[in-house]
Amino acid sequence: MHFSIQNILFLLVAVAGFGLFAWQARKIRANILVGRDRDMSGHVNERLWKTLLVAFGQQKMFKRLTPAFLHLIVYIGFIVINIEVIEILIDGIFGTHRVLGFMGPLYSALTGTNEVLGALVVLAVTAFWWRRNVQGVRRFSGPEMRAWPKLDANVILYIEVVLMVALFLMNSADLKAHQLEGKDLDGAFPISQFLTGLLPDNVSSLVVLERVGWWAHIVGILLFLNYLPSSKHFHIIMAFPNVYFSRLVPQGQFSNVDSITHEVKAMMDPTYQVPTPATNPDGSAVAPTPFGAKDVNDLAWTNLLNAYSCTECGRCTSVCPANLTGKLLSPRKIIMDTRDRMEEKYNSPLVFDPALYGKEAKHDPQEQLDKENHTLLRGYVTPEELWACTTCNACVEACPVNINPLESIVEMRRFLVLEESAAPNSLNVMFSNIENNGAPWAFSPSDRFNWADDLYMAEKA
Amino acid sequence: MADLAARGETPEVLFWVGCAGAFDDRYKRVTRAFVRILEHVGVKYAVLGMEETCTGDPAKRAGNEFLFQMQAMQNITTLNGYGIKTVVTACPHCFNTIKNEYPALGGEYEVIHHSTFLQQLINQGRVKAEGGESFKGRRITFHDSCYLGRANNIYEAPRAVLEVLDADLVEMKRCKTNGLCCGAGGAQMWKEPEPGKKDINIERTEEALATLDGNAEVLGNLTGVESTAPGLPAGSNHGGSIIAVGCPFCMTMMADGVKNKEREQDVQVFDLAELIASAEGLNA
Repeated sequence: MHFSIQNILFLLVAVAGFGLFAWQARKIRANILVGRDRDMSGHVNERLWKTLLVAFGQQKMFKRLTPAFLHLIVYIGFIVINIEVIEILIDGIFGTHRVLGFMGPLYSALTGTNEVLGALVVLAVTAFWWRRNVQGVRRFSGPEMRAWPKLDANVILYIEVVLMVALFLMNSADLKAHQLEGKDLDGAFPISQFLTGLLPDNVSSLVVLERVGWWAHIVGILLFLNYLPSSKHFHIIMAFPNVYFSRLVPQGQFSNVDSITHEVKAMMDPTYQVPTPATNPDGSAVAPTPFGAKDVNDLAWTNLLNAYSCTECGRCTSVCPANLTGKLLSPRKIIMDTRDRMEEKYNSPLVFDPALYGKEAKHDPQEQLDKENHTLLRGYVTPEELWACTTCNACVEACPVNINPLESIVEMRRFLVLEESAAPNSLNVMFSNIENNGAPWAFSPSDRFNWADDLYMAEKA
Repeated sequence: MADLAARGETPEVLFWVGCAGAFDDRYKRVTRAFVRILEHVGVKYAVLGMEETCTGDPAKRAGNEFLFQMQAMQNITTLNGYGIKTVVTACPHCFNTIKNEYPALGGEYEVIHHSTFLQQLINQGRVKAEGGESFKGRRITFHDSCYLGRANNIYEAPRAVLEVLDADLVEMKRCKTNGLCCGAGGAQMWKEPEPGKKDINIERTEEALATLDGNAEVLGNLTGVESTAPGLPAGSNHGGSIIAVGCPFCMTMMADGVKNKEREQDVQVFDLAELIASAEGLNA
């Protein structure tokens, strides 16, 4: 061990990197907690099992094999290669070199696996880049894929390649320096052994190159970590809590609005005791919450968690019957809008503010003047989008991380109908038919049994 | 039901007819077919008749929670008043609402979709699909209803029902969890679609037709065969292919799609109950 200025510098960089990330994470946590309370406690085993299958096991990714396979490589690569970060942190702080080398064959297995995965990650990332930019897979486009989401997707791929290049530079320079000095280097280097030829034959240059690779790798990781909160790539963290807190009830079961239940019960039964409304600590009544959702704070916190877990893959939109047939609705856009609106209204944070990037990302100046209407509903999501939804749950089924765009859509519909009476006219006709005739069509309730008229039956029960 | 209750009897099952089953001319035929099956196998059933009212499903999907709960409470009061334990329905929307959304409001029943009910009758040997119209050699594709499939994970029951028909079952590319909506769910049934390139039911019908047309040989010598099956409209062609559905909205949307494509001559849309009733020779 030899402490040096390098160790102190490293410690500062690491503390700054993790500290900055913690600061950003707190802001995002605050944004999510702006949402309405929803009790998601209990069912721990069921939730953990689901997290294991869907988040760790990538279960839902395998609906589409090619991207699932490529994604799996990058995912496993991410996990395994980051074991090396532990070593880098120890080496960086204590001035050691390849501190885990004492593990012998186990260390060789680890470094060897790292190298193979590193190479596969480069290949997979290249394939991703190809699919996105050359092949032009349809779901990666669409009106909501504006300036930042478009750039962000590629930036992530570039960063991942840079991190892998740094890893190989570090390993191959280290390996060659040791070879030139006639020493053995702990570990196995199935890829780097072929790269040594590209490097200079001078030990002192190699030592510098090894340091460059080492620093680039760890600083790159810390920068990437702090890039995540501004990026769709944040899903690598949020996918886990999002799956854990996803719904366990059948997809067809829409949430019950308890406040309405009390009202309806009181209407039907005059003796029904409506629970006393909540009061503030000072005794004043808590302002009633609106029915449904107009803005992000009217949605449940799980809906907001959804927005931070979205990687904008567009699987939801690509199976949406409305979107498929050219309607305005895109479930992905609803989720992306939710995130944008949260960061506009609450903590926009972050080291880099995505909303400030690109002309298309900026709102219409007219809209910005109209503060009253500048909410999630109407400011971002139009009623036309909401009314195009068939509530078929295809988007919910398609999401690899169990995001539920349908819940947010229904909440906004509830606001339109219950707070603004702004349903399309034909739906208002349907409502009044149900109210007056007990059927969504204008038929008389007394005709309800007519189907049996021309049916031979022993008796009408 | 009121008559039965007056006699102090309780039914094995309450058949929830639903608004479409009661009022839609096309779906009334499904209601009657299902009732014939119930009578044929001797299940003691009852219907609410004029005491039934909309479950509130379209109101809830459209966001009118207040109207939904008014309807739900009314129905729950009726059902609980008769001490109903088991509800069977041919409408996936009624099924989903009563099964999943009524419990929170005090209505707990065993709710069975008619596809599951028919499957049970078949498994018990009470329905054999014999003695009536033969479906041998005819192509049938099942269109998954969202509120049966994705909403409630029922994919196998309707397929098991179709299997007894001895027909050629073919699957559409988008089926089961990946099924494509008919376009009527979420209260779309009662409004014009938003502007777009095409209507959802047309997209879905095109897919169904492409699947049914997949192998022309199977259809070749069968189209144009006049059916003698009783009870079905005279002059219509019953030798052609079939889009099977288990939902009144899917029925309307797919039938409209077939009409739009001018394929009524060789493709028909039938509900599972109608197919079973035909196969059992119950089209009185």
